[in-house]
Amino acid sequence: MRPLRALSRFTALALATVALAVPAAPALAQDSIRIGLVTFLSGPAAGPFGVPARLAAEAIVESLNAGKAPSPYNAKGFGGSPIELVVIDEAGGATKQVAEFRNLISRQNVDFVVGYISSGDCLAIAPVAEELKRLTVLFDCGTPRVFEEASYKYVFRTRAHATMDAVAGARYLLEQRPDLGAYAGINQNYAWGHDSWADWTAVMSVLKPEAKVTTSQMPKFGAGQYGAEISALMQSGPEVIHSSLWGGDLEAFMLQATPRGLFKRSGLVLVAGEPNLHRLVGNVPDGTIVGARGPHGVFAPKSTLNDWLRQIYQAKAGYAPNYPAYSVAQAFLGLKAAYEKARLEKVQKAIPMGANRNVKEEMEKAYGRPTTEEVIAAFEGLTFDGPSGKVMMKLGKGHQAVQGTAYGMTRTVGGEVRLENIKYYPVEQVQPPEGVNSLDWIKGGLKPGKW
Amino acid sequence: MSRDRTVNVLTVMLVVLLASGPFLPRWAMFLSTVSLCYGTVVLGMMLLMRTGLVSFGHGLYYCLGAYAAGTLQPFFGITEMSIMIGAAVAVTGAVSALLALLLRKYRDIFFAMLSLAFSMILYGLLVKTSALGSTDGFNVTAETLFGVRIAGTAYERYLIFAVTAFLAWICAMGMLRYLGSHRGRLAEAVRDNELRVEYMGASVANTIHVNYVVSAMLAGLGGSLMAISVGHIDPEMAYWTTSGEFVFITILAGTGNVLAPFLGAAIFETIRSFAYEYSPNTWQMALGITMLLVIMFLPGGLWSLFARTRKAG
Repeated sequence: MRPLRALSRFTALALATVALAVPAAPALAQDSIRIGLVTFLSGPAAGPFGVPARLAAEAIVESLNAGKAPSPYNAKGFGGSPIELVVIDEAGGATKQVAEFRNLISRQNVDFVVGYISSGDCLAIAPVAEELKRLTVLFDCGTPRVFEEASYKYVFRTRAHATMDAVAGARYLLEQRPDLGAYAGINQNYAWGHDSWADWTAVMSVLKPEAKVTTSQMPKFGAGQYGAEISALMQSGPEVIHSSLWGGDLEAFMLQATPRGLFKRSGLVLVAGEPNLHRLVGNVPDGTIVGARGPHGVFAPKSTLNDWLRQIYQAKAGYAPNYPAYSVAQAFLGLKAAYEKARLEKVQKAIPMGANRNVKEEMEKAYGRPTTEEVIAAFEGLTFDGPSGKVMMKLGKGHQAVQGTAYGMTRTVGGEVRLENIKYYPVEQVQPPEGVNSLDWIKGGLKPGKW
Repeated sequence: MSRDRTVNVLTVMLVVLLASGPFLPRWAMFLSTVSLCYGTVVLGMMLLMRTGLVSFGHGLYYCLGAYAAGTLQPFFGITEMSIMIGAAVAVTGAVSALLALLLRKYRDIFFAMLSLAFSMILYGLLVKTSALGSTDGFNVTAETLFGVRIAGTAYERYLIFAVTAFLAWICAMGMLRYLGSHRGRLAEAVRDNELRVEYMGASVANTIHVNYVVSAMLAGLGGSLMAISVGHIDPEMAYWTTSGEFVFITILAGTGNVLAPFLGAAIFETIRSFAYEYSPNTWQMALGITMLLVIMFLPGGLWSLFARTRKAG
């Protein structure tokens, strides 16, 4: 008994001390720029969103550090300084994420944070970033609430918010079926499902007021079984079904609905279907309308930046990049563009012609790193090129990106799901102008703003 | 550890925490705040466990406390910290007093499952409430403390930490007194033999009722403090995994002393936080292994380390 006791005491104490005594700040190269990357590495959002984002971020950082990205991003790292990634799991809920965000900044001492796929995490992190005064780029979360309910100095979001899903989706649907009479919805019972359905019904009531809602199904998140919902959808006989399902839930729903013939009677709109498309071969009916919240993934028009991202991602992951890969690319390229612009402006401003005093000190200061405030000043209202086209930081006082978007229809050809009949929608058709709440803009008749 | 010594240790720890606060790195101060919030909740769980009851639904009161504190601002425009905390304790006290009427009739797995069911009802209701942000939740700020503006000031974090530490100290001292009192001692008697307690002339139902309400109020207090220090609340706080975390810490810590919950919470938070950093892909495993080791080698929880040392010495 005695040795066992001693052993047990020792084990527990050792564990506790290991945890407590691990050196807090790892040795870091003086001149590298540390970026915290927060993305789902576990849980349901890891497969379709989190891991593709991580792989893309790693591929991009490797390529940037090697100076192999195409112009205008061909400078090494950020303005010559190499980038170092610190990766953190986004799982665990907002409370833990706030704690981890504080750790990233005061323990890991990162210069910037790029992260957050869950809208709840984005809402929770934004005020903390403001408090700690560290530039934070939200790369994937969708809720318009972030910049519509508050304004931030240190927080940016480099992808457009979710309002465009419903607006462009409904426009596309009504172009295909101008005489639509009835539609239904199946969305998960959580914030994104509610918001997506609320936006969708609001847009439809503006664009096609006579179309009726036959049923709205709200299965719980991660339900897995959709027998009852499929029956309800079949009985109500809508012409089209709207769905914001994603990940495993989407796959389970499609696997169960296709054999029962649901889609023989009703069309389908998947506003967030793009990340899972390649896994749905054989289970997605031709003519399904699919979006990617921006012209990302298969929608991305051909360009050197797009070819670059596709090539480095394919080499890393073994398959083509989906929209989370594009949104993380937008975050890194946007931040790089802002950083390098800030650096350039600093150099241009610093040395007045003909100065002869303190030249050395002034030069050193000018060629030093731009401060967070200088990067923010350069980031606000910036327009930069992403792999899917121009991104403009034009909402939320220059902190929220806007972009056009695209929708298309699926067709399975030779064991591969392709998107056909792709239509692009410019910004003014799918995004509210500055200062207008998204839902108010939709209810007010979707009047295009000035951009 | 004797009672007097625990009082001393508690007070010394409070003084040390308050004095070292301004010199702690920011992450450590936040980690301590969060641990103290968790510790307060687990203090209540400890009391229930001493009564022989394991609640898998204390997330109910944790979440209710957070929402009681957080919704004061959108509904009534109140952002005074003392009122937010008071409201949390009052609401959880009232709700638990009602629910205890039903719950005190059940034991073991039935008690655990029924309490879990109640917490999941609150979760379901909050998820359906779009006005409160559904699963995205909303942000909470305590603008003032006793009328003095603290939001956005340089000492905001320290004050929140100090208030949390002070309240945790009061709770621990109160709990220590309570455990030593007549009714407090009944808890373990109820766990060991209910029939005998009834024959002695004490009421098992009353004991369980009071202990349940006390533990619920502690959970509500912990929830409101967590809401204020994190600045964001969402329905996840009522989800069964959150309740499971409290059970996890209670078992990890042990029920031997009022210090144990705070020790357990601090160790749990520290391991979790460093595991996030050093093994982002397998942080859950680090926690699981810790739990396994504690159950295998320290069935009485981490606290038994100290209890045994005392006996040996």
